[in-house]
Amino acid sequence: MIYYIISWVLEILLIVVPLLISVAYFTLAERKVIASIQRRRGPSVVGIWGLLQPLADGLKLLVKETVLPSNANTILFIIAPILTFLLSLLGWAVVPFGSHTVLSDLNIGLLYIFAVSSLGVYGIIISGWASNSKYAFLGALRSAAQMVSYEVSIGLIIISVLLCAGSLNLSKIILAQESIWYIIPLFPVFILFFVSALAETNRAPFDLPEAEAELVAGYNVEYSAMGFALFFLGEYANILMMCALCSILFLGGWLPLFPVLPFTLIPGPLWFGFKVAFMAFVFIWVRAAYPRYRYDQLMRLGWKVFLPLSLAWVLFIAGILVGFDWYPLY
Amino acid sequence: MNIEALLFYIFSSIAIVSGIMVISSRNPMHSVLFLVLVFCNAAGLLILLETEFLAMLFLVVYVGAIAVLFLFVVMMLNIRITELNESILRYLPVGGIILLIFLFEILSVINGDLVPFFSSNLFQFEADNIILSTNLNTILWSNQIDPTSNIEALGNVLYTYYVYSFIIASLILLVAMIGAILLTMRKRVNVRKQEIFDQVYGNINSQVRYVS
Repeated sequence: MIYYIISWVLEILLIVVPLLISVAYFTLAERKVIASIQRRRGPSVVGIWGLLQPLADGLKLLVKETVLPSNANTILFIIAPILTFLLSLLGWAVVPFGSHTVLSDLNIGLLYIFAVSSLGVYGIIISGWASNSKYAFLGALRSAAQMVSYEVSIGLIIISVLLCAGSLNLSKIILAQESIWYIIPLFPVFILFFVSALAETNRAPFDLPEAEAELVAGYNVEYSAMGFALFFLGEYANILMMCALCSILFLGGWLPLFPVLPFTLIPGPLWFGFKVAFMAFVFIWVRAAYPRYRYDQLMRLGWKVFLPLSLAWVLFIAGILVGFDWYPLY
Repeated sequence: MNIEALLFYIFSSIAIVSGIMVISSRNPMHSVLFLVLVFCNAAGLLILLETEFLAMLFLVVYVGAIAVLFLFVVMMLNIRITELNESILRYLPVGGIILLIFLFEILSVINGDLVPFFSSNLFQFEADNIILSTNLNTILWSNQIDPTSNIEALGNVLYTYYVYSFIIASLILLVAMIGAILLTMRKRVNVRKQEIFDQVYGNINSQVRYVS
């Protein structure tokens, strides 16, 4: 029993610790990539090429003073960042890193990820309300409305992928792409999913919640030190989660580019890492390249363009699968 | 005590306590958050029942969508915390009657082996146990595995036998949605709107002109 519990905790730590390290270095990668796109140098002082910068930032946030606003609802104010951080870690329990490398091989893994990401709204709403500040409240309302509306189209896109794979199990979805990655037959769906993922994680060009020109910084204005750090970690872990989901659903997860010799020498988890890193690079690239949307444009895009389009794709794919008798056997 | 029973008691006791907190907490925002906690624990109970698909739908629909709308409405309404100190006893008769009806329904629905003093087939259950215990060697393990997952079982029933009920339910939802849209829609005059179609499909001659 005690060995069971110890191995259980170790397995969880083996996912969470590398995830947090990768989140830290994702922030560094973001600053470096944006710097090189804007022809600057980026962080280069702490450590060689600035490689120790994320650790320095983390230390700075850790030793700062935690400010609790006197008019805030203290319990909810403290719970909100913890909730956001925990929910961003929860989804990683079902992500398959390699062909048998997965913490929990759920039959409803995709639905689980969807449910966990739909719970992520709560941390934001609670923090906005509990801060008792107008800027935080407005930011939280915007952010929550944006996440709720883009979740609808993400759900429909997930349905169209799982119609092709015939399973909600993430490993089976990847194995269904052995002959061809879904990015090739489902390329428009991939674009829809990527843009929805940008909006779902509140990234540029949809970073309306922290539009620094209108709102100060969105729902986390009142947070300092570790509260802010937890929000930050949660947000970036969510971005990495979306990248991982993109590479599972469309880029074939751990599968190599071609199933021939030089490509099959590289182990599966490394392929998965390459794909996640590529998607993360595209996230950063988009942030550096595009200006911010206006709020009504964002809502119009979500409800009037993406929702009908993804619904139509579900019908179209279902029709093709039934018409050509291509639906997968389970 | 095995771990499932322990989890059952944890989930159900948290659900009951937070259900009481929903109606007794003075701040409506706290009420909604406790309601969310009730939903989460109910999803945990559904997972214990091995109906994981329903549990996930519970999370997505109730917690992810409906409770968020509740939260929005409660946040916007700006209810004062102090004005909710009405007498609790005012609603006690009606609530008590509804509580009794629910209690009776649940007790009459619950299987006999959970509430043995209320059941009529208590002895039948024991007889089944005896029969099971006499021929222990004849368990067919292949029957103990169910190869179909939750979703497949649900889909096989829902889209074949109950397809008309399914379509009718979806039509009812559609009518409700259209009704809600119709109730809140009003035509505004003199509103400047961005016509994206005109912007995208205009050429330079139609969009740019010399002023003087």
